[in-house]
Amino acid sequence: MKLIEYVLENYMFILEKTGEHVQLAGIAVLLACAVGVPIGFMITNNKKAASIVIGVANTIQTIPSLALFAFAMSIFGIGADNAIFALFLYALLPIIKNTLIGIRNVNPAIRESARGMGMSRSQIMFKVEVPLAISVIMGGVRIAAVTCIGIATIATLIGAGGLGQLIYQGIGMMNYEMIFAGAICSALLALFADFILGLVEKKLTSKGIVKEDLV
Amino acid sequence: MIKLKSIFKSYDGKINVVDNLDLEINSGELVVLVGESGCGKTTTMKMINRLIEPSSGDIFIDDENIKIYDKNELRRNIGYVIQDIGLFPHLTVDKNIATVPLLSKKNPEEINKKVAELLDLIELPHEEYAHRYPRELSGGQQQRVGVARALANDPDIILMDEPFSALDPITREQLQNELLKLQEELHKTIVFVTHDIDEAIKLGDRIAVMADGKIIQYDSPEEILKNPINDFVENFVGKDRLWKTPDMLKAEDIMNKKMVMVSQNRSIAHGIELMKDHNTNFIVVVDKVSDNQNKILGIVGTNRLRGFENHSIKMKDIMKSEFIKIPYDMSLVDVLNIRKERKVTFSLVVDKNESLIGVISNTSILNVLSEIVPEREDY
Repeated sequence: MKLIEYVLENYMFILEKTGEHVQLAGIAVLLACAVGVPIGFMITNNKKAASIVIGVANTIQTIPSLALFAFAMSIFGIGADNAIFALFLYALLPIIKNTLIGIRNVNPAIRESARGMGMSRSQIMFKVEVPLAISVIMGGVRIAAVTCIGIATIATLIGAGGLGQLIYQGIGMMNYEMIFAGAICSALLALFADFILGLVEKKLTSKGIVKEDLV
Repeated sequence: MIKLKSIFKSYDGKINVVDNLDLEINSGELVVLVGESGCGKTTTMKMINRLIEPSSGDIFIDDENIKIYDKNELRRNIGYVIQDIGLFPHLTVDKNIATVPLLSKKNPEEINKKVAELLDLIELPHEEYAHRYPRELSGGQQQRVGVARALANDPDIILMDEPFSALDPITREQLQNELLKLQEELHKTIVFVTHDIDEAIKLGDRIAVMADGKIIQYDSPEEILKNPINDFVENFVGKDRLWKTPDMLKAEDIMNKKMVMVSQNRSIAHGIELMKDHNTNFIVVVDKVSDNQNKILGIVGTNRLRGFENHSIKMKDIMKSEFIKIPYDMSLVDVLNIRKERKVTFSLVVDKNESLIGVISNTSILNVLSEIVPEREDY
């Protein structure tokens, strides 16, 4: 019950930190989409480029998040921008990977018939490949969003704020309510983001497509 | 008209997938390219809408080299149907059909009208099917929509790449019949690729049998069946094929060209002698034997000679003057039916000018059948 008390007393602070958190993760994911989706498209027809890009993204993914923030800080200094940069790097892999898989999974017969009907390269991309791959691409975005919201809790260590601040300050002050408030909020945030993006995915996917079990 | 001139295609510079190929396809003609896989038939077809570019050689459509057209523009004016159907799963049936007219930026009202018209043509009622997705259709319905989509932009030429081979045999037959019906109405120039010789014979106005990137024989189905140019074509077509398609056998193929003629004024005795000499059981009575016109007056079979003691009676007195003239191009099936109906044993075959060119008797039919029925030891 102390938790409710704490939340009621500090809701402004919690909201502020949630806002920061959303901003960190949101901007990072948006940037990753803006960069990752086109990259995913560009490497679909080039196996060598695909393996290099995926390899690099995989490597980034394996760097422990704390270490990545440490690197980002040592190179760029303290602040939200650097946290966003680190989160962006994390978000890239699932987005690139799923875009690549989504496009590659488009039935070649469909692409062939699109070509045979006189669609240009970009028409095939926007009228055929994107609509067919969108649910897989959105799957990548959802993974990226959830990952980023989770990792963004560490961003406070390089002075970027967010819900992580509640958790780390709570630990420092032995204030369990504060810790729980931060932890629960970030967990709820992740669930909520996944849910919203799921709705978006459903909205964007044609009813004619039965989503196969590609996770 | 589509004209392919000295076409070569090679991917590695060594093996020619298409090897110095010439092909002319008339407007309104359904031409089938048939051959085993890897014979270059699909490659040849895909060069017509420039999905594949030839290594050398030129292709003309109505005397214009297709290189002058923008690729996509060209493809929008050539219908294209593929084996895997290739409908867009994310679009409803009407949107699928409207794809090409939309690319060509046609007026939306016109497109809607066209879509309704085409759905009507493929017998999928608009209210029920227009807003369904491809996955909600059966395979046969999907390919019908595929054909409708190819027709949507009113192309003169349609390319069909084994469009029916993924369907079950019953549906395949249905769609083949529908295609023939459509073609009767629409008179498109259709290039149809298949590996199935039955399908080729059924559909093609002309058939190009291909092997190793070359056209081995390019002829009407009848000619390919009757006069295969070499052993390859004969084996590909199958020796017993003609037997399976008796419609292709015409009266002139089964008639006996050797017949004995006798002048109308000769006596029965002479007639009997002639029959003995030529080992036949009928003779044809004509005005004058020397006359090249072969004007037939009647026929006399052995049955008519019986019971005539007086051997001086003339042929014209005993001949049967009512007989059926069978045109040279009547099919075997019709000939047999007529013979059964009229209970005749001899039928005379005449050419376009009504002059006699042969006789069909039970023996000649037997002879022909024994030739085309495959030889098997267990008969």
